[in-house]
Amino acid sequence: MIEFLQVSKRYPLAGGYRDALSRVSMRLHAGELTFLTGHSGAGKSTLLKLIMMIERPTAGDIRVRGQSLNRIPTSGIAHWRRNIGMVHQNHQLLFDRTVHDNVALPLIIAGYSAREASRRVSAALDKVGLLGKQHLNPMMLSGGEQQRVGIARAVVNKPPLLLADEPTGNLDPVLSAEIMDLFEDFARVGVTVLIATHDLVLIQEYHHRCLQLEQGRLVAS
Amino acid sequence: MAASKKKKSPTPRKGARRIQRNWQDQLRAWKAHHKASAKDAWQRLIGAPVATAMTVLVIAIALALPAGLSVLLTNAQVATQDWDGNAHLSVFLSADTSPNAQQELAAAWREREDIQRIEVVTREEALEEFKALSGFGDALDALPENPLPPLLMVYPTTTDAGVLETLQKELASHHAVDVVQLDVLWVKRLHAMIETVARIVSVLTIALATAVVLVVVNTIRLGIESRREEIVVVKIVGGTDGFVRRPFLYTGFCYGFLGGVLSVLLVQIALLWVGKPVDELILLYESQFELVGIGWSNVLVIPLFAGLLGLMGAWLAVSRHIQDVDPYLL
Ligand SMILES: Nc1ncnc2c1ncn2[C@@H]1O[C@H](COP(=O)(O)OP(=O)(O)OP(=O)(O)O)[C@@H](O)[C@H]1O
Ligand SMILES: [Mg+2]
Repeated sequence: MIEFLQVSKRYPLAGGYRDALSRVSMRLHAGELTFLTGHSGAGKSTLLKLIMMIERPTAGDIRVRGQSLNRIPTSGIAHWRRNIGMVHQNHQLLFDRTVHDNVALPLIIAGYSAREASRRVSAALDKVGLLGKQHLNPMMLSGGEQQRVGIARAVVNKPPLLLADEPTGNLDPVLSAEIMDLFEDFARVGVTVLIATHDLVLIQEYHHRCLQLEQGRLVAS
Repeated sequence: MAASKKKKSPTPRKGARRIQRNWQDQLRAWKAHHKASAKDAWQRLIGAPVATAMTVLVIAIALALPAGLSVLLTNAQVATQDWDGNAHLSVFLSADTSPNAQQELAAAWREREDIQRIEVVTREEALEEFKALSGFGDALDALPENPLPPLLMVYPTTTDAGVLETLQKELASHHAVDVVQLDVLWVKRLHAMIETVARIVSVLTIALATAVVLVVVNTIRLGIESRREEIVVVKIVGGTDGFVRRPFLYTGFCYGFLGGVLSVLLVQIALLWVGKPVDELILLYESQFELVGIGWSNVLVIPLFAGLLGLMGAWLAVSRHIQDVDPYLL
């Protein structure tokens, strides 16, 4: 599904540069859940940003179903991102609108009619167990619930790829387990899931493949 | 967008059907988002009435100034356009010229190519007119004799300055002529002045239109700043720059349009205000002149033009600041 070929990312810094990723090569398969781990500053978020095309690699190539991301022009980035669901530690919900409207945003952007969007929003919220709260403001929800709204928004247009950056960072073990169960469900229906996390307990508890970064190098996969 | 899908579709027949649906879906979605953006822009404007009123008022004043000046200018041009036709030479004859000699001179000059017609004003007629106009009737009666010279009002066939000056010289050289007054120089000066003012108004229009654009740029920039989070989220879930830009463009257009409407109102109110004294002035001068308003077409054109300025400002602000808001917040 996704293939990294000798990918490097170098950030310019005051008076020098910083290699956030060095010659990373790996492959993610469809329907597979993969952890991405490493110490702080190892380059986990950078790797996700490259997939999101928030950054472009300094060297190397990222291929998706054989197609090179380097070939996608800046004007095509928005459409590329519609293939990806993204979950953040700080969920990034908008507090000026309801849960329903937060989740509906990717659908509205993709051009679904309001009725079709509502149907899919209900399905996504049902999946994360928040169907009854769709007309509330996300501010009124608990941290775990907010995180689940973020996940509903990420999966509402059924993207083939789901990325998560520290999705359980703020949550207690019980809530973390709930979130992980959701990710496993998505992988089971064919979604490629990549979860960047520090949480070694989580990684040990769930037996999935784990990519480990150290100083920008892939040291274990 | 439909084109790129066309390229990818594997089987042409099935693909063709899908393109059509996609194309229609895209168009519908595009229209829906325009509608939503316009509504959103409008609701945000009326949601912050004071801030909106300030911006709109600044724009209105900036536009009312050149609009009002050009209305005044149009009036000045209309009021003075037929003064050219009134250009004439007042030929004062020496006081001892007899009425007969005066008539003969007029008859002789009427033959000239460069003279259209001549009005003969005898000393008595001149005195009567002067009495009536000046109100010094009794005082003049007290004078031992009529102090006014006989006068010929010479209307030339042309208003060309060179021709008029030659004519003036030739008439002045006649022995019975005392003085020839050419009443055209000041008309020329007036026209030159109006022309200058017109240029100034043009420059002012450009300067203030630029100011309107900058006001909108700044207002929209603040709007972008306050909606940073929303823009980040929209970009992460695949919103195009166009999608992000659209509500701001509508906001900019609304600012400009409302400012334009208000500026038209301001100019009309100002015209009503000066209308009464001007009417009285016109009565005094027995003129046919009627005050020209802002004009029906301008009532529409000015708001639309202002709307375009607002659109331009919004476009500049968004294209400059949208890049700053990249989803770095991961
Ligand atoms: N925009 C940037 N400009 C310069 N340097 C950057 C930028 N983004 C990241 N870096 C640097 O690149 C390195 C990798 O950062 P990255 O955010 O990928 O780490 P991480 O593995 O996600 O860390 P954490 O676990 O703390 O989130 C870090 O040293 C960071 O300082
Ligand atoms: Mg990180």
